[in-house]
Order: sequence, then structure tokens, then C-alpha cells
Amino acid sequence: MNLWALAAGEAIPHSWELGPITRSDCVRYQGASGDFEPIHHDEPFALSAGYDAPLIIGMYPAGAVSAWMATLWGVESVRETTIRWTGQVWPGDSLRAQAVIDEVEPAVRWLAITLSNQEGQEVLRLRMRLVQTSAESAISPS
Amino acid sequence: MVQPVEGLVGETFRMPIEEGKVLEFIESLGLSSWTSPYVPPTFLISAFFWERRVTGADVKEAVAFDPARSVHAEQCFEFFGAPPRIGQTLSVQNRVDRIYTKTNRRGAELTFVDIITDYRDETGDRVATSTLRAIELPKDTP
Repeated sequence: MNLWALAAGEAIPHSWELGPITRSDCVRYQGASGDFEPIHHDEPFALSAGYDAPLIIGMYPAGAVSAWMATLWGVESVRETTIRWTGQVWPGDSLRAQAVIDEVEPAVRWLAITLSNQEGQEVLRLRMRLVQTSAESAISPS
Repeated sequence: MVQPVEGLVGETFRMPIEEGKVLEFIESLGLSSWTSPYVPPTFLISAFFWERRVTGADVKEAVAFDPARSVHAEQCFEFFGAPPRIGQTLSVQNRVDRIYTKTNRRGAELTFVDIITDYRDETGDRVATSTLRAIELPKDTP
């Protein structure tokens, strides 16, 4: 289906889920990203900070959902990705995405994506700006 | 305790965009393949790896967040054209853009820190910018 034909307010008709998220998932992401903040993998450190378990690093689900979205639209079309964390993610959680077209401009789409956990609580919001490049656009030859 | 280092500019460091690092990052996000020469939307966060190799590049060290009570609240990546691609070597520089406080509903003071990172290509053109917003919570949390 041509995602560029969707109107503002329409949902992106693809489903995405992540999880149940394990400590290993978190550690692998931390290694790849180079962010070794101990609160995300060091259990005694997390407990001493007042948490019940290591907090899953927020860039992991944010990176995963934005990379998936980029593959749907064309990686080269991504121009902006803004992430706001609104809840905490714990080992064992499963996340689900809801993505809608937020704004439509000529050759530009703004997406609004929310991730919620298995209890339906929102944990993060993303906004992405995509531009239609010649690779996606077979129409309108100049 | 956050230090008053608003305006601090870090040393410039180089960030080669390597295929192996991109694939490691992709795999850590749970995607099995990546056929694009362009990096995924949040890949530039892995600048941490290169930043560690240059003294004075990481301005977060000077901010001196308490890791047990600071949270990564927002993150933005903006590309001024197609995303960076494998094979490029970027010049990267961090700066502490703003430090400010807000009082929450319970009267506690939260310290916000915005760190901006600019990424330039081999010709000196700015190709991307990222913004990291962190919040240090008061001592009696979480």
C-alpha cells in the first residue's frame, strides 16, 4: 500500500510489537549504542537507586520503532525523529505501537507514534518527519 | 548535582560511519536485515563510542549528573538532507545549550539540561543535529 496516500488522522496499517523485553535485549542495545549507564543493567545499582529492577533503556524501544518505521517509508526519507519518554519500561514488558499520520504537507509527512505496554500504559511518544524523495515517487516527473 | 556549565563547548571528535557498527546497532534493535546505505534514525546516539576517545569531548562529564536520579527525558535527531551513510566520517561537537529549573506539582525543583550535538561532513556542512534533554530529579526521588 502507498503510505504517502494516507490522509492526516489516518492510522498506518501495520502492526509492531516488541517483547517481552529481556535484560539481554537491554545489554545488547547498550553495547551497540555505547551508553553503559549502570541503571539499565546493574541490578544492585538499580536496587540501591530505589528501583525494583534495572530500568530498560528508553533509547532501545525508541530506536527499534523508528528503525521499523524508516524501513516502511524508505530509510532515506527520514528527516526528524523526536522522542519523549512518558513512562518506564521494565524487564518482561511488551510494547505495542500505534502510528498515525499527524500532518500532511506537500511531499512531507509528520507521524505521531505512541508505544504502550501490556497494561495499555503509554511509555513513549515519537514524532517523525519524512520527506518524499525521488526514490519513493514514481509520479510527477519534472 | 548539575554544575553551572551552560555554554560549555566540547572538543570536536571524528565519527566514522562503519558498516559493522551500523549492523550491530540494527541487530540490537531486533531487525534482522538492513539493506540501506543510510543509518537508522537514532544511530547517531552511538557517537558515545568516539566521544570517549577525545578528552573534553563529552560535555555530560562536566554537567556531572547524578546517575541515580537523572533521567533522559527527550531526544531529537534532525537530518538536513538524506541521513548520514555508511562510509562517511563525521566531525562531531557537543555543547551545553541550556540549564534551567522548573518546579513540579509537589514543589520540588527539577533541573533540565539541553545538550546539542552537531554533526558535520567532510566538507564542513552540518548534516545532522541531535538534542538530548535530561532532567535531574530532587534528592528524595524516585
